[in-house]
Amino acid sequence: MAGLELLSDQGYRLDGRKAPELRKVQARMGVFAQADGSAYIEQGNTKALAVVYGPHEMRGSRSRTLHDRAVINCQYSMATFSTAERKRRPHGDRKSTEMSLHLKQTFEAAVMTQLYPRSQIDIYVKVLQADGGNYSVCVNAATLAVIDAGIPMRDYVCACTVGFVDETPLADLCFAEESGGGSSLALALLPRGGQIALLQMDARLHQDHLETLMEAAMTACKGVSKVLDEVVRQHLQEVSVLTGE
Amino acid sequence: MATVQLSEAEKVYVLHGIRDDLRVDGRSCEDYRHMEIETDVVSNTDGSAKVTLGHTAVLVGVKAELGKPRPAAPEEGYLEFFVDCSANATPEFEGRGGEELGMELTNTLYRVFNNKRSVDLGSLCISPGEHCWLLYVDVLLLQCDGNLYDAISIAIKAALFNTKIPKVLISEGEEGGTEIELSDDPYDCVRLSVDNVPCIVTLCKVGHRHVVDATLQEKACTVASLIMAVTPAGTCTCTRKVGRGSLDPESIFEMTEAGKRVGKALHGPLMSLLLQEETLGKKRQKVGFLG
Repeated sequence: MAGLELLSDQGYRLDGRKAPELRKVQARMGVFAQADGSAYIEQGNTKALAVVYGPHEMRGSRSRTLHDRAVINCQYSMATFSTAERKRRPHGDRKSTEMSLHLKQTFEAAVMTQLYPRSQIDIYVKVLQADGGNYSVCVNAATLAVIDAGIPMRDYVCACTVGFVDETPLADLCFAEESGGGSSLALALLPRGGQIALLQMDARLHQDHLETLMEAAMTACKGVSKVLDEVVRQHLQEVSVLTGE
Repeated sequence: MATVQLSEAEKVYVLHGIRDDLRVDGRSCEDYRHMEIETDVVSNTDGSAKVTLGHTAVLVGVKAELGKPRPAAPEEGYLEFFVDCSANATPEFEGRGGEELGMELTNTLYRVFNNKRSVDLGSLCISPGEHCWLLYVDVLLLQCDGNLYDAISIAIKAALFNTKIPKVLISEGEEGGTEIELSDDPYDCVRLSVDNVPCIVTLCKVGHRHVVDATLQEKACTVASLIMAVTPAGTCTCTRKVGRGSLDPESIFEMTEAGKRVGKALHGPLMSLLLQEETLGKKRQKVGFLG
């Protein structure tokens, strides 16, 4: 975008945030009564819905059943009206398939699948509005949905997309910053142990900067995990009040 | 279609209840479930609406784009529909599983809404034969608990009411063709008139009686259903019979009369609710899925 600088001299970004600041996170669990677990999250203008079904018996090809753990099946799709340019197909294109595989990889690291052998857990994520950091917001939504479904996990999975402009890492990129041409790194973290579930980086970045960028991403993820923890505790309190405990 | 399995005893129970005008959740045969409607939930679109009818949840987004009018109707714009049965509703819809239902819903929507008697397509024309507005109406099915047609049609009506199409200035270009300029002001827009937009009413025949707004359980006991599009004036614009069973001509007539009555009664409160939401303007708290 000609004329729009991603980081001004005073240290402000396009939407007025400072470099390490995250967007406003609002989330709710238990949005749909019919699914086993569901959650909705808004990070700035990016909105995503996640729904979890399971653990249940293997659907479809029985040959893919694993004898010692559960199979995690993910589908990432975007609503056709989610992007500025209307998207023709909600899922099935290469990008969505790639994202689905990344989600699968991320949650296989976190969910305690060995407790449910020969079964399947379905995680479906839908992006309602795409304004940057789609993968990260989806991971955060899916974490809440899995917790809502009562499936045990090793830790929260928190994700954040960070970029690098003018020697400064920018946390939680919005669409304008992502498409600005700089490098973007998506990181999914299990905050308590500091274990990385997924790391993906696009575009060129000097080797010396990688360490700084990863540090910034991990700090941002830990920030997100605090917010998610708060949401879960709030939800638990509401539910226990309703059931009269 | 997402279905539930019911035992014979449960079917008999539902049937007997409906025979006495008392359904499983206490409603009478012509009552709708609790409905929640909210417009302007997605900001990337030109108009959007979210409708929750019992456990059925539908989200509709309308995007307006410039296009060329169809040769058969050069003085009109048109609508393009797309129904996405997402895997959120049921795991059966994963991948391509939801395409069949999506196609069926899309085809019905085309027949009901894409004609000049329902929507004022003439107002979508910019310059005859060259430029017109093309409205992409995208329906996203989030939860499925029966009565999809009704929920979708109400959501489409609300989304069309909420649609803000930017004003255009037509000027003469260099080579003699027309140039289109969109107004920069986001509040300078044209609204669509939804006075004639119909709502779809689905009537399901259970035993000897018919019910409006059937849940999945009641759908499992249904012999056949009648889908009708009813305008605010009470006229029926489109009718279709669906289902495996066959219907008597008398019951079709009876169901049509009931459908017209129910449909007409639906429009009044819907429009007053939409207008009320509109008057709140900027002060309105946007709830969306967070409520």
